[in-house]
Amino acid sequence: MALDKNGIAKRIARELRDGYYVNLGIGIPTLVANYIPEGMDVTLHSENGLLGIGPFPTRNNVDADLINAGKQTVTYIDGASFFDSAESFGMIRGGHVDLTVLGAFEVSETGDIASWKVPGKLVKGMGGAMDLVAAARNIIVAMQHTDREGNSKLLKKCTLPLTGVRCVTKIITDMAVLEVTSDGFRLLERAPGVSVGDIRRATEGALIINGEIPEMTF
Amino acid sequence: MNKVYANAKEAIEGITDSMTLMLGGFGLCGIPENSIDALVEAGVKDLTCVSNNAGIDNAGLGKLLRNHQLRKMIASYVGENKEFERQLLSGELEVELIPQGTLAERIRAGGNGIPAFYVPAGYGTEIQEGKEVREFNGKMYLMELGMRADFAIVKAWKGDTKGNLIFRHTANNFNNMMAAAGIITIAEVEELVPAGVLDPNQIHTPGIFVQRIFQGTGYTKQIEFVTTSD
Repeated sequence: MALDKNGIAKRIARELRDGYYVNLGIGIPTLVANYIPEGMDVTLHSENGLLGIGPFPTRNNVDADLINAGKQTVTYIDGASFFDSAESFGMIRGGHVDLTVLGAFEVSETGDIASWKVPGKLVKGMGGAMDLVAAARNIIVAMQHTDREGNSKLLKKCTLPLTGVRCVTKIITDMAVLEVTSDGFRLLERAPGVSVGDIRRATEGALIINGEIPEMTF
Repeated sequence: MNKVYANAKEAIEGITDSMTLMLGGFGLCGIPENSIDALVEAGVKDLTCVSNNAGIDNAGLGKLLRNHQLRKMIASYVGENKEFERQLLSGELEVELIPQGTLAERIRAGGNGIPAFYVPAGYGTEIQEGKEVREFNGKMYLMELGMRADFAIVKAWKGDTKGNLIFRHTANNFNNMMAAAGIITIAEVEELVPAGVLDPNQIHTPGIFVQRIFQGTGYTKQIEFVTTSD
């Protein structure tokens, strides 16, 4: 069975390490915050100017001056800090953020990502996505392996306008964990019950399969 | 020199048609509500507004949009606004989208006397069009320009009569950099105190960047997405 959104988030959480500063994008990436291992020190960065995002507030603690990059009300943890947007992106551009997780429409076998614009549909803007993918050291894309019609989202070449080039390091989908290498997508793990053949059929870009591919563990 | 103004109406004196304005805020968080209302009241038009977002239908810059006072919007993300979509599609409004970190840095640079700088954001994308591309240490960068505005309008939590500002939580966002980038900067604050009351160690924006300051009233502080754990 392919993973649901929470399953993808849970698997991404296994990429976290003690001491990491992490930026989580909108959508599936946001769910990763629910699966940070107990006792692990992970600090979440919000590009509007907060290091140390806490859980969503209770109704009585909602504060209009305290939101995340998705404009949702949040709280902050002990040891948090606030700063302006230039400093916030300085953290990203300067390589101080250890891990960025974001969604995408398409990823190419060379690590290009398309995530912000679908021609013919209204363009809402790239927000901070271009800054994040161009500068972050370690970029994981969280997305479905195929679109609703079953077309692969892991392509030889992106068809949509790019957000960044040669920047994605890892992709975690509902079907697999893949690493972007100079030869294409290297299959690292498959979702429980998903076969290598299933993944091969769902991947348009070059897929590298070396030896036995283990099932994901959580 | 007296920097203190009685209200938004007086503070925005001198803003005229076709000017470029920077307005602080991220979404509806930290936006200069009183000044936006005063601009609607004043009816100045053909404005170019630089702000991370364009407000929503009935709040923030959405009010200026609805009143057809904007000619151009420079922002990083403009979702959540139906009237914006309509004016964009009908050609009434021009929009320039800039990656958020680049936008923040262009404003910071403008206020700090830096005419141009290089960032990696947008390399290899359509944002690159028309820009100088340069390699540093094996990585590709785009040249971006510092940006200033005729007026910057910012919102702070506390301010004093010398123009020093303190922001609260994530309501700082673009306000701090914009204060320096305005040729004239107007700050509206929730609480205005005499010089000497605020602890100089806690000031976010030094008063040198602020030419006009007033205490705002009736802040609605609308929230776009109230998200709770209970």
